[in-house]
Amino acid sequence: MIWIAIRMLTGDAQKFYGLVFGIAFSTLLITQQLTIFVNLIERGASGTYNVSSADIWVMDPVSRTTEVNFPMPSTALDRVRSVPGVDWAVPHLRASASVRTSEGDLEGVSVIGVDDATLIGLPRRMAVGDTDVLSQPDSVIIDDVGVTNMFEDGQDPIGERLELNDQRAVIRAVADAVPSFTSQVTLYTKYSQALRYVPGTRNRLSFVLVGASSEVSPEALTRRIEEQTGLRARTREQFGQDGIDFIIQNTGIPLNFGITVALGFIVGVAIVGLTFSLFIRDNIKQFGALKAIGVTNRTIRIMVAAQAGLVGLIGYGLGVVGTALFIWGFSAVPTFKGFYIPWQIPLVSLAAVTLILALTGWLALRRVLKTEPAAVFR
Amino acid sequence: MSGDESSSAAPAICARGITRDFQAGQQTIRVLHGIDTDIRAGELTYVVGESGSGKTTLISIVCGILWPTEGEVKVFGTDIYDLSDTELVKFRLNNIGFIFQQYNLIPSIDAANNAAVPLIAQGLDRLEARDRAVAMLERLNIRDQADKLPSQLSGGQQQRVAIARALVHEPRLVVCDEPTAALDASSGRRVMDLLREVAVAQDRACIIVTHDNRVFDLADRILVLEDGRITHDGDTMPEDH
Repeated sequence: MIWIAIRMLTGDAQKFYGLVFGIAFSTLLITQQLTIFVNLIERGASGTYNVSSADIWVMDPVSRTTEVNFPMPSTALDRVRSVPGVDWAVPHLRASASVRTSEGDLEGVSVIGVDDATLIGLPRRMAVGDTDVLSQPDSVIIDDVGVTNMFEDGQDPIGERLELNDQRAVIRAVADAVPSFTSQVTLYTKYSQALRYVPGTRNRLSFVLVGASSEVSPEALTRRIEEQTGLRARTREQFGQDGIDFIIQNTGIPLNFGITVALGFIVGVAIVGLTFSLFIRDNIKQFGALKAIGVTNRTIRIMVAAQAGLVGLIGYGLGVVGTALFIWGFSAVPTFKGFYIPWQIPLVSLAAVTLILALTGWLALRRVLKTEPAAVFR
Repeated sequence: MSGDESSSAAPAICARGITRDFQAGQQTIRVLHGIDTDIRAGELTYVVGESGSGKTTLISIVCGILWPTEGEVKVFGTDIYDLSDTELVKFRLNNIGFIFQQYNLIPSIDAANNAAVPLIAQGLDRLEARDRAVAMLERLNIRDQADKLPSQLSGGQQQRVAIARALVHEPRLVVCDEPTAALDASSGRRVMDLLREVAVAQDRACIIVTHDNRVFDLADRILVLEDGRITHDGDTMPEDH
């Protein structure tokens, strides 16, 4: 009977494609929007992701994220270094500045000062050039998003001079970095150089990056640092999550994406519900005849479930493949750099599709089950 | 359940005191008034009457798809309204063949598969069911139409497919609702001839609801229904009809 159910469905090509389209569109909307949402809010943690060597970030107690920070006195570095279990600790500066290109364009940039001696604080990979270039005078390393934003296609940024807060800076390498939430251009330079580029008050140290010794876990060490220094210490994972939470709490992004996902669900219910009920209405005589002949309600349920299952399987597959193609197709665009589909998202959209089909299938089925077999004689 | 316990002399269908009421708003309308009748196997029985006389309601009750308000129906010895819902559905599947006025064929499967539906519903392998359905179509002289969709068949051919579907699982009771209503005179006559030839058997009862007076002469027995009561029971139509 399942074969008959499937043939009943596929035999009506218009409705079959309508149902598949409804599910595929819903899946695409839900999966794609959730993927963008998750990847976008993960950008809140990009500052910590890019500094993979630091186990712990130490900061002023009021600092919240890599972008929202309050500078500390330079003595904070020594206080942290004196805590038992700290293997190494280096200064880290993050500040905003304005840059003017040789063409005269003005751009807001984020300046990151990394430890002069160890260069801890730089992204792990370089897209062009080497980290050693920072030893040259006025050197900065630009991130790859910055290259796209500040230079025209095909223009080589290496050797380009910039006017950074009225001082000369020369781009000597390109870092392969995870873009920030705002995709702002980031310039990396030595800590001592950054102090000159970014004017400020007495306190300039944004963070102290810490490596934990092997005898102590990062979690235990954060507690120890907080107790002994009065500063705030977060493990890399905790601080990354802080960045994500900050975006969730302080922007309308979750609400906006939530609305789009809800719309995807509602559109799915509407299209699939309407088409399914039209399909059932058109076939109600056949279902009635089957009931009269002796097909049980249980078998009818299985038939409708098979129809819904087939539509769901094809539509869901198309939707997920569509999302994958979208992410793949836009992977070269800096806005979507590093985007991926977390495995949980297809499961969420599968649950949504199942719910859509269960809801619409149940509504359609109700009509079939209510149909009296005797109706076929009327 | 299939009525094996019934003796050969017993009627195929034994209906006693069949009453059926319908609710129309606040009003209760009695469509059947205590019908008592027996239908014998091996006969072609017509149920004849004007629209609204209750003939469709009567056969719906007799074949177990509409509950009577009062009364009992035994089909081959089984009191069908004593069965549970599931048992009744299975009883219909195994013992009754239906031919509907509008055929009610599934438009997206071919004639052979349409005819095979009761066998598939019984759980028979689809290809085996199809083979048996094709054999039945051959008996009905439309073997060459087996691979065609209903939309590619004429009204008479579709009705033959519907007859094949009603008989393919060899039911002991065949119920037809206005089988010639959608056909022209010659096609209707041919279908009824065919139905008489293939449906009527020693161990099978066949009830036909019709008001097509062109085919009354093919009946073995005619029940005339007027206002929910049987007013005539004989082998020919009364002269005043």
